[in-house]
Amino acid sequence: MTRIGVIIFPGSNCEYDASLAMTQLGVDVDFVWHSQTDLTGFDGVILPGGFAHGDYLRPGALARFSPVMDAVARFAREGGPVLGICNGFQVLTEAGLLPGALQKNRGLTFISEPTGVVVDSTNSVLTWLASPGQELTIPINHFSGAYTCDDLTYEELQANDQVVLRYKDNPNGSRGDIAGVANKAGNVVGLMPHPERAMSTLLGSADGKILLEGFVSAPRRELRASAANAAAL
Amino acid sequence: MNYPVIVEVTLREGIADPEGATIERALPALGFTGVTNVRAGKSFRLDIEANDEAAALLQATAMAERLLSNPVIENAVARSAKGVA
Repeated sequence: MTRIGVIIFPGSNCEYDASLAMTQLGVDVDFVWHSQTDLTGFDGVILPGGFAHGDYLRPGALARFSPVMDAVARFAREGGPVLGICNGFQVLTEAGLLPGALQKNRGLTFISEPTGVVVDSTNSVLTWLASPGQELTIPINHFSGAYTCDDLTYEELQANDQVVLRYKDNPNGSRGDIAGVANKAGNVVGLMPHPERAMSTLLGSADGKILLEGFVSAPRRELRASAANAAAL
Repeated sequence: MNYPVIVEVTLREGIADPEGATIERALPALGFTGVTNVRAGKSFRLDIEANDEAAALLQATAMAERLLSNPVIENAVARSAKGVA
């Protein structure tokens, strides 16, 4: 049975939402404390939202030095699916596993609201079940969510089909309306919206399902073939 | 010997600086006119044990690149804080 690890840093606070979403999808889920150094046996790893290490210095700046991050990098190099949601996305960029950085929102306000996003690339473990151009409503909940990168990186993201989600109506000043990106191999994905909070129409939206269903059933072997690209990121 | 060092971290040229822009817009309202090019950043003050000041600054620069700044969007400059409170 598919087994997903949800990493908990001191200050993570979306681990139970992520875990519940995995349970709803019928897969096994285990919490992994940030001091652990082994991810053997997991089919996918989620870095959840929150404020890892208090977000001191910069979001993700201290979390990237947590012992578990070496294991996450190794797991990613081997083609394993890695998903960073919100703070988890910030950690993955600080760790250099995803390009770019997340800056304070354009309006300098914390934004917590349902947001329209459009699927761009489907060449990732998160979006491979969705269709290009598909519109989804997924909540965002962040202060530092403005995706930023230099011109060269932006051109590469476009050329390599690494932008997985764009905002319909850019809420935070993200470059190119980017809401989520993947690495070149497509097995490491980060996004600011919270798909794990969009799992039920009763609670506003079930649009997160198609993304997380994709994540837990991603064809790992095909991605392994391009793991060399991931290492070259 | 301990050498006092200041590390200043600022956003790289061309990276949007919403804090700096907001401060710049607020200043005229307080009567401070003619202020342009406001950039917000961070400053760290450290005491570093080293053989000489150059070695201390070298260490501070390494710290800045590894932890104190995110080189993807920020620049960091280390300088002596001797005589600075």
